[in-house]
Amino acid sequence: MKRLIPLWITAIAGIVLIASYFVPYAQGLGELTSIWFDILAGFAFILGGGNLLKVHLKKVSDKVAGWGYSVILLASFLITLFVGLGKIGVHPSPDYPDNSWSGVYNEVGSPFWWLYEYAFKPLTATMFAMLAFYIASASFRAFRAKNVEAVLLLGTAFIILLGRTFAGVWLTSWLPESLSGLKIENISVYIMQVFNTAGSRAIIIGIALGIASTSLKVILGVDRSYLGSARSEP
Amino acid sequence: MQGRTLVWTLIFVIAGVWLLLRATTGSGMGKAYVKRTDQQFVNVAEAGEAAEWIEVHTPAARAYDFQDLPRYPLEERVGWTEYDPAPPKDWAAAEKANPGQQTYVFSLWRSIGLWLAAMFTFGIFSFLYRDNPFYKISEAVVVGVSAAYWMVVAFHTTLLPNLFGKILPTWIQSWAMPGLKEERNLWYLVPLVLGVMLLWRLMPKGGWISRWPLAFFIGVFCGLRLMAYMHGDFLMQIRSAIVPLGVFGPDGFDFWESLRSVFLIGGLLVCLVYFFFSFEHKGFVGKTAKVGIWVLMITFGAGFGYTVMGRIALLAIRLEFIFDDWLWLIDPTGQRIGL
Amino acid sequence: MNAAWAWTILVVVVGASLVVLVTRREQTYRALKDLDRRWIFLLMLLAVAIPILGELTFPEKPTGLAKAVFDEIEKLEPGDKVLMAWDYDPASEGELGPMATAFTYHCCKKGLKMYYMTIFSPVGPQMIDDSINNVLKTEFPHYEYGVDYVNLGYKPGYEGVVKVIVSDLKELYTTDHYGTSTRDIPMMKDIRNIQQMDLIVNVSAGYAGTKEWVLFATTPYPENIKMVAGTTGVMAPGMYPYIPDQLLSLLAAIKGAAEYEELVMSAYGNDDLGLKYRKGMLRMGPQLIAHVLIIILIIIANIIYFAEKRRGAA
Repeated sequence: MKRLIPLWITAIAGIVLIASYFVPYAQGLGELTSIWFDILAGFAFILGGGNLLKVHLKKVSDKVAGWGYSVILLASFLITLFVGLGKIGVHPSPDYPDNSWSGVYNEVGSPFWWLYEYAFKPLTATMFAMLAFYIASASFRAFRAKNVEAVLLLGTAFIILLGRTFAGVWLTSWLPESLSGLKIENISVYIMQVFNTAGSRAIIIGIALGIASTSLKVILGVDRSYLGSARSEP
Repeated sequence: MQGRTLVWTLIFVIAGVWLLLRATTGSGMGKAYVKRTDQQFVNVAEAGEAAEWIEVHTPAARAYDFQDLPRYPLEERVGWTEYDPAPPKDWAAAEKANPGQQTYVFSLWRSIGLWLAAMFTFGIFSFLYRDNPFYKISEAVVVGVSAAYWMVVAFHTTLLPNLFGKILPTWIQSWAMPGLKEERNLWYLVPLVLGVMLLWRLMPKGGWISRWPLAFFIGVFCGLRLMAYMHGDFLMQIRSAIVPLGVFGPDGFDFWESLRSVFLIGGLLVCLVYFFFSFEHKGFVGKTAKVGIWVLMITFGAGFGYTVMGRIALLAIRLEFIFDDWLWLIDPTGQRIGL
Repeated sequence: MNAAWAWTILVVVVGASLVVLVTRREQTYRALKDLDRRWIFLLMLLAVAIPILGELTFPEKPTGLAKAVFDEIEKLEPGDKVLMAWDYDPASEGELGPMATAFTYHCCKKGLKMYYMTIFSPVGPQMIDDSINNVLKTEFPHYEYGVDYVNLGYKPGYEGVVKVIVSDLKELYTTDHYGTSTRDIPMMKDIRNIQQMDLIVNVSAGYAGTKEWVLFATTPYPENIKMVAGTTGVMAPGMYPYIPDQLLSLLAAIKGAAEYEELVMSAYGNDDLGLKYRKGMLRMGPQLIAHVLIIILIIIANIIYFAEKRRGAA
């Protein structure tokens, strides 16, 4: 029963969505199912936060190595949660000034906005900015022209890297108009619109077939991996 | 090792002194300014009627005499001050026109935030040298803040208006969302129950209960994607791939456009042959698959080139923040003219 | 530091490196063979920092795709409805921020009705606020909220959101981002779903983004839903197969943003705006130097690789 009912839920939910594509009468049901899905996605965020709280509280209580950082994490988490959920420092909406809770949760100037602007934003942006360094290091360490395929990859990369900047324009600016097709910026556009399109299209078609087969297996109950192992049940 | 410690200590000391000098001399650095706007709302409705609030600085307020306290008593007024971000040049212009004005003011909290943002940026970048407590603290803060941020947004954008606002609309409207105008719909009890079941995953026992909402998730996901990918990524891509091999323009046969079509269709077909493993890649099939690999290598090379472009832009914006918003070394958009 | 100083420093660094390479080949070979990657990090930092400090810029010549995006918005008439799907976050703001700013400015200049929303991430509403505060409220203060533009905010559910709003927008968006009922917003009164939009302008950083809009909006409703998009460099090559049947056109990465800015500013800009709407162009300066650095690094790495192979064979 613990595994049978979820299988039926998956099958019914999947079939409703598929049917809504073809049967106009099922469209309303498909829409309602999608709205429930969206609401459940909101619960998933709560679950994520709750799980984080649980894991790091355990780290602090067990005093594992680095538990001090867990304290900082928990403090940041709880402060953000408190000021955000409580709309602390948020002014009322101009349409309902007598309702102190009517303002928007991320109003400019509120503590929640301050945490976003001066903590969340610089930290996440810098995390991704680090990738520029890693791509330079990876380029130096990994890219070797060992065979024809590698030469093709590197050659295309060079053309794109130069062609999408002024360097490419400057390098082949001396070519006459009759040979404009050989200018690096035009070659890079041609590569993108022809060879990249063909290759990406093949990949997209392949992935679509894979997704179709996997989705059918899940909906029909052939693939049950999402239920976890039967041995792991209490 | 001692030499390296000495070098780093020197670097930090010199940088610290330079920062102190920059912050305290000339126009300074890392300062945030705001524009103060006072808001005051007065209830102009008659007794017994629904409240009608007018902001005293708007054109609609001219029809009322708010000095008449018996008619518009102080208890029926609500006010606050808003502080909107303002570029330093606006403060400089206001100070020049009216020294000591209080409309554009320096914001201590936002300036502290600016310096904190800079410190966090260096904290994350310090990992490039090696792992260190400075980085670990920054990492802990970002994980904590982002997890809570997502929870808060989920609550305010979905759980309140789309779940509780449908099950208990009047109650939600009375204290949380006065602008909400929804009818009760008890079908929304289903996602509420599923949501509570999902959260049961956090409990020490009964984790299997969360399988029901997860199964719902998976079912909807698979149903949505099956049809969308078959239609959009399979059928439509085959349709888009069918282009005329012989292209004729106003001047007759267009060789270059025809060649382009040949490359487009041919490139797709050879790549698909490479992905097809039901036949052994030998002989003609093997040679075709080899050409397919070449087309894919060109695709990946193009992808690498664009990825490099993307990553560098992300680094550029962080360095712009450091040099422009914090250190005030450059001002490409003219935010500090007249300072 | 101005551009001349930036170029001087770059030329001196490159020149000194070449001199060292040529005069001390064996030592250079050994040093580069076991190079600590932190030196590469430093080189990348300098390659991006020096052009930013020197405010190095280069002219941008718009290509076909950017022109097509520009033309699609130009075709619209004042009062036409545009859904502005801002599917990005601070992590991708470097590439997509300039696009979003230019799109907003262009739509305002055309007098279009703008419906902002996001499905990518809970911080998407902050990106919408940036466009509203930095463009609408500063350059177009006469634009009225609820009449000329509306912020519908964020809803979780990724493609589930798109699936719902193609048939019923107000069922999911019961209020706007500020808590006002969508039934009370003048520009939302006649809107039943996004098929009534004249164009979708999507700025996308990943999942959920352009691909989801293509699969769940423009593909099932090709006659009613048209879209142009701006994407990150990572996503852009994968979006080309959708052009033009499922996606009218595309701005690819910061280069696309710079080209589009050039088109918009040439048509609608003025000197008072300065470089506020040229951030894409400003960020192309460090792009050039960094791209050349990457190419040099790959070439040097391959020289060392082949030299090692030759020595090993010997």
